[in-house]
Amino acid sequence: MKRTIPFLIFLTAACGQQTPAGDGEAEADLSYQETLLTRLIDARPGDVIEIPEGTFAFDRSLSLTVDGVTIRGAGMDKTTLSFKNQIAGAEGLLVTAGDFTIEDLAIEDTKGDALKITKGENIVIRRVRTEWTGGPKTSNGAYGIYPVQTKNVLMEENVAIAAADAGIYVGQSQNVIVRNNRAEYNVAGIEIENTFDADVYGNTAVNNTGGILVFNMPNLKQPGARTRIFNNMIAENNTKNFGVEGTPVASIPAGSGVVVNSNDDVEIFDNDIRNNRTANIIVSSIFSVGYGEGDMQSDFDPYPEGIYIYDNRFEGGGGNPDGLELQALKIAVAGPMGRLPDVLWDGHVDEAKFENGALPDAMRLCVADNGVEVLNVDGPNGNKNPRLAGADHRCAHEKLPEVVLNDPLADQT
Amino acid sequence: MTRSQIRHNLLRLSFAICGFWLVAACSGERDVSPTFHADENPQNLGDWGMVAADGKDLVVSDAVTPYDLATPLFSDYALKLRTVWTPDGETARYHATDAFDFPVGTVVTKTFYYPKEGSAVSIGAPAPLSAKEIPLTDYRLIETRLLVRRAHGWDALPYVWNEAQTEAVLKRTGDVKAMTLALNDGAREEFAYLVPNANQCAACHVTNAATKALQPIGLKARHLNKQSAYSPAFNQLDHWTASGLLSAEEVDAPPANADWTDETASVKARARAYLDINCSHCHNPNGAADTSGLNLEPDAAGPALGVCKSPIAAGQGTGGRQFGIAPGAPEASILAFRMETTEPAAMMPELGRALAHDEGVALINEWITAMEGTCG
Repeated sequence: MKRTIPFLIFLTAACGQQTPAGDGEAEADLSYQETLLTRLIDARPGDVIEIPEGTFAFDRSLSLTVDGVTIRGAGMDKTTLSFKNQIAGAEGLLVTAGDFTIEDLAIEDTKGDALKITKGENIVIRRVRTEWTGGPKTSNGAYGIYPVQTKNVLMEENVAIAAADAGIYVGQSQNVIVRNNRAEYNVAGIEIENTFDADVYGNTAVNNTGGILVFNMPNLKQPGARTRIFNNMIAENNTKNFGVEGTPVASIPAGSGVVVNSNDDVEIFDNDIRNNRTANIIVSSIFSVGYGEGDMQSDFDPYPEGIYIYDNRFEGGGGNPDGLELQALKIAVAGPMGRLPDVLWDGHVDEAKFENGALPDAMRLCVADNGVEVLNVDGPNGNKNPRLAGADHRCAHEKLPEVVLNDPLADQT
Repeated sequence: MTRSQIRHNLLRLSFAICGFWLVAACSGERDVSPTFHADENPQNLGDWGMVAADGKDLVVSDAVTPYDLATPLFSDYALKLRTVWTPDGETARYHATDAFDFPVGTVVTKTFYYPKEGSAVSIGAPAPLSAKEIPLTDYRLIETRLLVRRAHGWDALPYVWNEAQTEAVLKRTGDVKAMTLALNDGAREEFAYLVPNANQCAACHVTNAATKALQPIGLKARHLNKQSAYSPAFNQLDHWTASGLLSAEEVDAPPANADWTDETASVKARARAYLDINCSHCHNPNGAADTSGLNLEPDAAGPALGVCKSPIAAGQGTGGRQFGIAPGAPEASILAFRMETTEPAAMMPELGRALAHDEGVALINEWITAMEGTCG
């Protein structure tokens, strides 16, 4: 089978240079490791594990398997779990349990993911900082805060810095609020993937490669839909892509504000989106990240549908896109001194869903703001005829309902 | 020979073998007899009475059944002595694909040990067990992991052997041991041997992430359906049914995984057996790694098996490669990379090894090389 030519927005490959981790530091104090490991292993539902102020070193990953536990530090700048000298384990803290709360601590320099939470319901992650202290490096761990296959999740006031994939990520989950977090110097600042019903608001995503991503990936247990991105600051996400080659985010061009890929019913409104040098918003299908039809399960829907963009405040951006192809596109469309429009769309539509020669209204890409231009880069035809298409997208969708957390987190909403 | 004939012969022979073992054990000085602790976790392994050591020999209780697997999990070249014991001769229920259902009171042990080479350890063959003893002049014991079937389910308990090789002590928080492996070419390789903590035991033994119940991994028909290493005249499942360890009436045409070293078997069968025992406890449709969409059980195929499948959240685990398995191209396959690497963030399995298994990697590479097709 012939591979579909990737849409040129994503042709920029990550450079993928490996940076060796810093070394030569004094042997870290491991004395607290045994204490915390014991508390985690012996934990009972209802336990609150308090970690005092200080920096504590670990050479192995930590894990928790018991429901109903709270882990609490003295503050994200006071209690630090350092994994700089980690020799074993694919993450810092792995939680395979529900009714879990973690707050007020930092997890630094893990070899793999910093905080991974799988298969739990009723998860609160609050005022947690995950950071690779050497700044953006390809050798950093992939994810900062990483709940996956979870339900009823609140992530608030966290800080995620320098993850080689996503700083704040939620995948294959349902009913999620991501609010008032700060993500910077990650490849992806905040990423919502294969998740139903997520509200993402009040966040600051700056200096990442891509600010906020809403993706659907194939070959997983569930797709995703219905994400609202509103009232966020998404600015200057121009950090060179340092993702590991082969990972999906490694194809994100530096300077991407919001990227919606193959996901449906995504509402983007009331955000400040500024100075993302490739484009402030990109809407694309998975064909643009190098997938062919044969690489995904047959019922996967690769097309982003029902995307609704309105009432955002754009400023700058698009003036210096990442990579030669995008630079050429910009010159062709806007001239050497111009900039790419605020919304780039790869132009892939599912003709099998056409009614009377067009997509049903509910599946259209709607960009309601009259002043906001859309560039259709004509991905299906090998980018032969990119064209300004804002006028084709002046439509509106029914607004999505607010995400309301269920008991026992109902009072948190 | 029919199955019933085999069973008949087996019964007769197993008496003879047991008699032999009994004599051998009686010649030793230690009385090793099993005890099930329903609630308490004894600090000393000896209190379970499954295996014991006196600094000279590791002795296996006469009451336990040693067993082995068609293809074992790779654990930094450690050798493994596996035993199972049920109280009062109770019987486990057979299942064609899942772990057998063992009665409350069952104790399974796995002792990790190496051939000694000075202060280092080496890669070698398992100690002969005809006398149910392992001579500690030649071998070094590292740890013994227990799976105990209690009323609420299975518990996992790691015991770490002392330097004197006289006792193993419960270490629920696990351990890291700095060790040196003497390679066959004379070179030495330092490695950090990880004794898993009790939660990390669950990371592999919770094979169904929805139920979160611990399960044995090796105690499945397809791993056990082989000639017994300990009663070589017999198939291990036949031996178990004849001895009453396994309910006989349900055992019908049990599946069998290949021995990954058996060059008379197909490369595919050997590779799938290897991936099954090393990976499928997490990489199954209900396992911890179903978040990746990769399934390495024996019946998986297509993108679910990794063929032309792009990674989801592999991070450094991609090794810069695009597909889980790129047919014909192991050097472009993430699966092969994750087996080759020893970086904690990238390697697979995530736990349980610090060394690469060169021979296992070579087998998987051979299997991928022979695959046909292209991605995309």
